[in-house]
Amino acid sequence: MESAVIVENLTRKFGHFVAVDHISFSIPRGQVFGFLGANGAGKSTTIRMLCGLLKPTSGQAIVAGYDIYHQSEEIKKVIGYMSQKFSLYRDLKVKENLEFFARVYGLDNKKFKSRVAELEEKIGLSGKEELITGKLPVGWRQRLALACAILHQPEIIFLDEPTGGVDPLARRQFWDLIYDLSSEGKTIFVTTHYLDEAEYCQEIKIMHAGRIIAEGSPAQIKKRYFPEKLFELVTAEPLRIYNWLKEQPEIEQISLFGKKLHLLISSDQVKQIQERWNGLGIGRFDLRPIVPTLEDVFIRRLEEAGGEKGK
Amino acid sequence: MKKILSFVKKELIQIRRDRRLLFVVLMAPIIQLIILGYAVSLDVKNIPTIVFDQDHSATSRRFLSEIFNSGYFQEVRLARSWSEIQADLDYGRAKIAIVVPVNFERDLASGQTVSIQTLFDGTDSQTASAGLNYLEMITQMFGQKILIERLDSLTIKFRPVIVQPEVRVFFNPALLSRHYLLPGIFGLLLMVISVILTAMAIVKERDEGTMEQLVVTPLKPIEIIAGKLIPFFLIGTVDLGLILPLTTFWFKLPLRGSVGLLIGMSFLYMISTLGLGLLISTLARTPQQAMLISFFFMIPMILLSGFVFPIENMPRFFQWLTAIIPLRYYLVILRGLFLKGVGFNSIESQSLRLFILALVINTFGLLSFHRRLD
Repeated sequence: MESAVIVENLTRKFGHFVAVDHISFSIPRGQVFGFLGANGAGKSTTIRMLCGLLKPTSGQAIVAGYDIYHQSEEIKKVIGYMSQKFSLYRDLKVKENLEFFARVYGLDNKKFKSRVAELEEKIGLSGKEELITGKLPVGWRQRLALACAILHQPEIIFLDEPTGGVDPLARRQFWDLIYDLSSEGKTIFVTTHYLDEAEYCQEIKIMHAGRIIAEGSPAQIKKRYFPEKLFELVTAEPLRIYNWLKEQPEIEQISLFGKKLHLLISSDQVKQIQERWNGLGIGRFDLRPIVPTLEDVFIRRLEEAGGEKGK
Repeated sequence: MKKILSFVKKELIQIRRDRRLLFVVLMAPIIQLIILGYAVSLDVKNIPTIVFDQDHSATSRRFLSEIFNSGYFQEVRLARSWSEIQADLDYGRAKIAIVVPVNFERDLASGQTVSIQTLFDGTDSQTASAGLNYLEMITQMFGQKILIERLDSLTIKFRPVIVQPEVRVFFNPALLSRHYLLPGIFGLLLMVISVILTAMAIVKERDEGTMEQLVVTPLKPIEIIAGKLIPFFLIGTVDLGLILPLTTFWFKLPLRGSVGLLIGMSFLYMISTLGLGLLISTLARTPQQAMLISFFFMIPMILLSGFVFPIENMPRFFQWLTAIIPLRYYLVILRGLFLKGVGFNSIESQSLRLFILALVINTFGLLSFHRRLD
């Protein structure tokens, strides 16, 4: 399958700070591709380089078959970009924003009308055309921004944290739109720091400190980085047990999720640990095997990456 | 081209929607022109003057009435002591004190040289030096009159030789400083509007993140710039259409040259000031900064343009510096067209320099705009 985006050793430095550190990956056409990571991990910087907003310090990238260094004009015609910060004209009406971007992308009158009608239907902006953009609720604004970014039917759509500050229901609706676009054969490159959203992607990369620390489909990632069994422990006094368990040599990793603990431990040692705890005579706890969430992977990989950095 | 047009349209909608901005854009130049047109004057008239007449003679009264009839001085008080003079000068109630000495009449009659003591408040050097000149002139003429009267009374048919210049002032016969200043105000208003609006409008795009959205579209940087500058060029043209009739019909500043030439030159000037706005926009991050930086550049530009202070009087270094000020050339062109009524030949070199300057400023603006995008 032809790739929509190919990145090789892409790097961007700001002074001494390395925002993106020699990353390489490729995205097959038609995929929903997620970039996951904390703020400052380098997700936006990567997107901005691919969209031609920022010059890379070094490395190569091909977007839609065009080189980002020499063919940025070509790239701009076939990509749509939605920035992390809302970036439409707040003082224009909804329809004026749509019309402006349609013209800028060179849509003629007829095409513009049919396209706007189609998008308003799809995105649910009908009846809101006369409203001033800045007065729309955040969820609507994000959808309008998406509409403006895809007016010209781009092949690849870059969405930089499109659901930041949006309520859960609106987020869900937004993801429905993303799936719609994907089913039309568009390639979607989306960044997020919501781990649950990453589950919606076909392929994800987890970024940390400018590097990719995990990659694959959500299921693959969990399997690859959690070949062992993950156990969940529910308790009334999580902190006490947490502190005790941390001291036990069999525990490879332990993390606290409210009243729950996630432990990484090989199955044959579970009994051993439980007996030791019961021997203390304070109470009992049960462990049950669970499927790791992306959050588990994220935390584990972060700790490992931190360790590697420390070396 | 269609893209630029839709950009201009968008920009005009934004301006129209911002009522306060619209008011500033259309009304401010008119209000400012009216205020400045009335208030700004270099003419020195009615200087408040205190008089200490120690002689109290017919001659001293005649001398003083000559002074006050000239219209340049206004008597605020007749002092009876030195301390009164001191106090009036200290408190600013008077700017000049004239002291007529005792025996003024007697000494004049006996043919002696008489000194009139005059005290000036030098804090306002402009008024002081003008007052000094007027006073010297009046005193001299008074002396001449006395002399002629004396000769007449002696019945000697002899007249002193007096050389008097026959003065004829060209272009501004009444020597109205308003006629000298109005073209400057004209250029100044156009500059303020176009520089600040352009700089702020471009920075606003960057500040609100919309510039980023524009950059990922197929719009070329030059198209973005054109889309940003053309609306303000149009606004500048509207303002020109408002203040030009106001200067000629309201303030009666004679426009002796060609209107078409004036408009053409104003367009050239606006292109250079729009370029300045573009350049300043690349130095600022927020609209507030853009505003401050605009003023930071405009104030020295106004002071050094020759608007009030003649460039020839400046130190050499500053004279060179004025070469990069568009207002400087525009001023010469405006004064030429308004007052002198010259044709293109006489302003050719100034307009050529203005043209080159406009080109240089806009090239720089374009380059640094490009650099800011990366």
